[in-house]
Amino acid sequence: MNRFAALVDRLAYEPRRNAKIALVRAYLAEAPDPDRGYALAALTGGLDFPHAKPNLVRALIAERTDPVLFALSYDYVGDLSETVALMWPGPGPGARSNLPPPGIAEVVETLRAASRLEIPRLIAGWLDRLDEAGRFALLKLITGALRIGVSARLAKTALARLGGREPDEVEEVWHGLEPPYGDLFAWIEGRGARPSSVDPAPFRPPMLAHALEERDVEGNDPALFRAEWKWDGIRVQAAAGLGEDGRPVARLFSRSGDDISQTFPDLLERLAFDGAIDGELLVVIDGRVQPFATLQQRLNRKTVTPKLLADMPAAIRAYDLLAEGGEDLRALPFDERRARLEAFVARLGDPLIDLSPMIPFASWDELAAARADPATHGAGGDADAVEGVMIKRALAPYVPGRPKGEWFKWKRDPFNVDAVLMYAQRGHGKRSSFYSDYTFGVWREAADGRELVPVGKAYFGFTDEELKTIDKFVRTNTVNRFGPVREVTHTAETGLVIEVAFEGLNRSTRHKSGVAMRFPRVARLRWDKRPAEADTLQTLLALLPEG
Amino acid sequence: MRAEDLLTLDAAGLYCPPGGFHVDPVRPVARAVITHGHSDHARAGHRAVLATPETLAIMAVRYGEGFTEARQPIDYGETVRVGAVDVTVYPAGHVLGSAQILIEWKGFRLVVSGDYKRQADPTATAFEPVRCHAFITEATFALPVFRHPAAAGEVVKLLDSHRLFPERTHLVGAYALGKAQRVIAEIRAAGYDAPILIHGGLDRLCRFYGEQGIDLGPLEGVAGRAKKDLEGRIVLCPPSATKDLWARRFADPVTAFASGWMRVRARARQRGAELPLIISDHSDWDDLCETILDTEAEEVWVTHGQEDALVHWCGENGIRGRPLNLIGYGDEEEGEGAATESEGL
Repeated sequence: MNRFAALVDRLAYEPRRNAKIALVRAYLAEAPDPDRGYALAALTGGLDFPHAKPNLVRALIAERTDPVLFALSYDYVGDLSETVALMWPGPGPGARSNLPPPGIAEVVETLRAASRLEIPRLIAGWLDRLDEAGRFALLKLITGALRIGVSARLAKTALARLGGREPDEVEEVWHGLEPPYGDLFAWIEGRGARPSSVDPAPFRPPMLAHALEERDVEGNDPALFRAEWKWDGIRVQAAAGLGEDGRPVARLFSRSGDDISQTFPDLLERLAFDGAIDGELLVVIDGRVQPFATLQQRLNRKTVTPKLLADMPAAIRAYDLLAEGGEDLRALPFDERRARLEAFVARLGDPLIDLSPMIPFASWDELAAARADPATHGAGGDADAVEGVMIKRALAPYVPGRPKGEWFKWKRDPFNVDAVLMYAQRGHGKRSSFYSDYTFGVWREAADGRELVPVGKAYFGFTDEELKTIDKFVRTNTVNRFGPVREVTHTAETGLVIEVAFEGLNRSTRHKSGVAMRFPRVARLRWDKRPAEADTLQTLLALLPEG
Repeated sequence: MRAEDLLTLDAAGLYCPPGGFHVDPVRPVARAVITHGHSDHARAGHRAVLATPETLAIMAVRYGEGFTEARQPIDYGETVRVGAVDVTVYPAGHVLGSAQILIEWKGFRLVVSGDYKRQADPTATAFEPVRCHAFITEATFALPVFRHPAAAGEVVKLLDSHRLFPERTHLVGAYALGKAQRVIAEIRAAGYDAPILIHGGLDRLCRFYGEQGIDLGPLEGVAGRAKKDLEGRIVLCPPSATKDLWARRFADPVTAFASGWMRVRARARQRGAELPLIISDHSDWDDLCETILDTEAEEVWVTHGQEDALVHWCGENGIRGRPLNLIGYGDEEEGEGAATESEGL
């Protein structure tokens, strides 16, 4: 457990992705089997101990500590596992165990074999034998919420690097395997054969698109390409089939390969087929796609209530068919896969698994017109949920990753407003000495004239040079300080006007202005404008979707 | 005789009526007894100051020689009569010169601890428990989640990281008085003897420690060095400097903080620590409880920090505990933030 605990500890303070990968990789290279396999399972969310839940941990600490002191401590620290790890008092003099700290494999294998009644005593015994970092890692591990800033994809990338392989190669075999992944390590380290995936519903790394640039269409015959809407939901893969025992297996994956089935039980029960659909997950009410903000309320939930399922039913809008009846379709050209998909979806006959329609176009100008006005080009009442168009080469096979020249995304032009910088906060990591998080506002009418009301926050979109100039502006124009936040001058005459680009706008009760922007970013600095010339809240409100 | 007869609270802080003096007053008073040189305890402008020679010297370094009209030095173990009471000072182990103040009157013994720690520290005389009837204790880290590991082990973490990333500057935020010198001394004790670079804000106090016979090894300034010359160095600076323009001269530093607050992960991350070093000049929970028992005090007043938990603990252990809710004493590391942010050097 010590090595794993040291890894968990280091990861907690490491903000940089590449450094995280290096740390995980170094651990996987050093730790023995089967410890590292269980650690990999923990990092990828593949361990679950149904009888070790936070309530059990609360009960254990209650036996050892004063309830008032625990309550004050928990209130201060804010994390149950950390509070218990920090204040766990040990077994007391005389009862101290001479046993070494348990290894992660010992913990996992013992817990799996243990009865529900034995578990509290086991955990207390381990806590007695571990130091603070070890206790923290143990509690995070068994309560199934590692949440240390490492995604499953990152852990698999680290594993792949261990053997000079690509993360997608790991994904291909991943879902047929069980912890502690002995065969997988043997293959990665060149000591064994590639594990054959027998999983009927594996994750298939998705094919991704490049942003469209002018040279991509210039001189390219539009007849060689197909187009469809790019929907504003989350990209998912719905895979289903029959297991070796003849029982149906179904899984819903995010784009990065995280298994999100638990979050969408309503969709999962509809995946009664043998195949794999690549599509967009959307919330659809009365046949209308809902804004992303609605879908967002269903994301990242461990438990879902019946009310949530009823109020915000999830649906899949299908883009592609990757497998059908055990046949891998990915090598087929897009047109053939599309024909298979259309037949497949028609057979399902499920209103909540529908086709993403194609956009007919004879010239790039026609496609541009459709992109500019989806409502009258086939998207109809769902036009607000269109993020842009996807352009796919008719002959393109389905290739994992982002192959060049096959798929393009052509997003709708973002919205722009001129806003005034109001507050600035220092950034993190490499930007920690720069004021790089900006709160900006637009004008609205108030009782005594116009006032600025904050409408959003932006912390990217600028160049390094622009960052330096904004930082300097913030430091020399500070009028107030609130902890890490500086208020900068923002009168009608003096202040910094920022052209903010954003993808969309929603109503919000959490913001004073009543609106919330999606993906706001700094598009340009308008040193040429006076704050008085910035936009008004009226301009923004006019962009709100109706209803 | 009650503790209240010997010590009361007024606008300036703790006041001893029969002695006619304040302890660590937060505003200028006629006569002050000062426990140690941190700026929230030792302020300039009192007419007369009684403190250890080291604390008096630190105040002179920080505020100039004119910080008071009359200085009266008192050595550890020495007793002087002040008004109607006897005052004796004992080492508090907090920073160089830090003292607990024993006040005796008509057979009643009361100790004001100031800030104190029980952990070993090569730069401060070790804490001595003093038996008393009433004990006035700090409570900066008075929650059972605060259990400070040995400082030597924390410094090993720093040196390990320095070995792992030999080309990266290791920037250690440490408070200018006491913490910085202790960290340097621990780094030396761990066998690192290359020059350590220090921020200009640490210079005077490090020199003062050297004059007091505490060997900190070779220390050099940061200013004026080429970027290349800063790579792979261990650099100490006040905590706020890690976020200043000053810190931009380091290409890709590993940022470490030496503080008891680093024990709590969320706090450490908030501060932007990549390498949290749990090194505190305050007592942790176990040492606070231990010390209260060591003093055999029947009554404990809890001054600044997490009063609730310690008062509760006293009650559970049959000791009368009372929160004083003194204001004006932050933990230095916490209070330092934006107000004293310096952006130059």
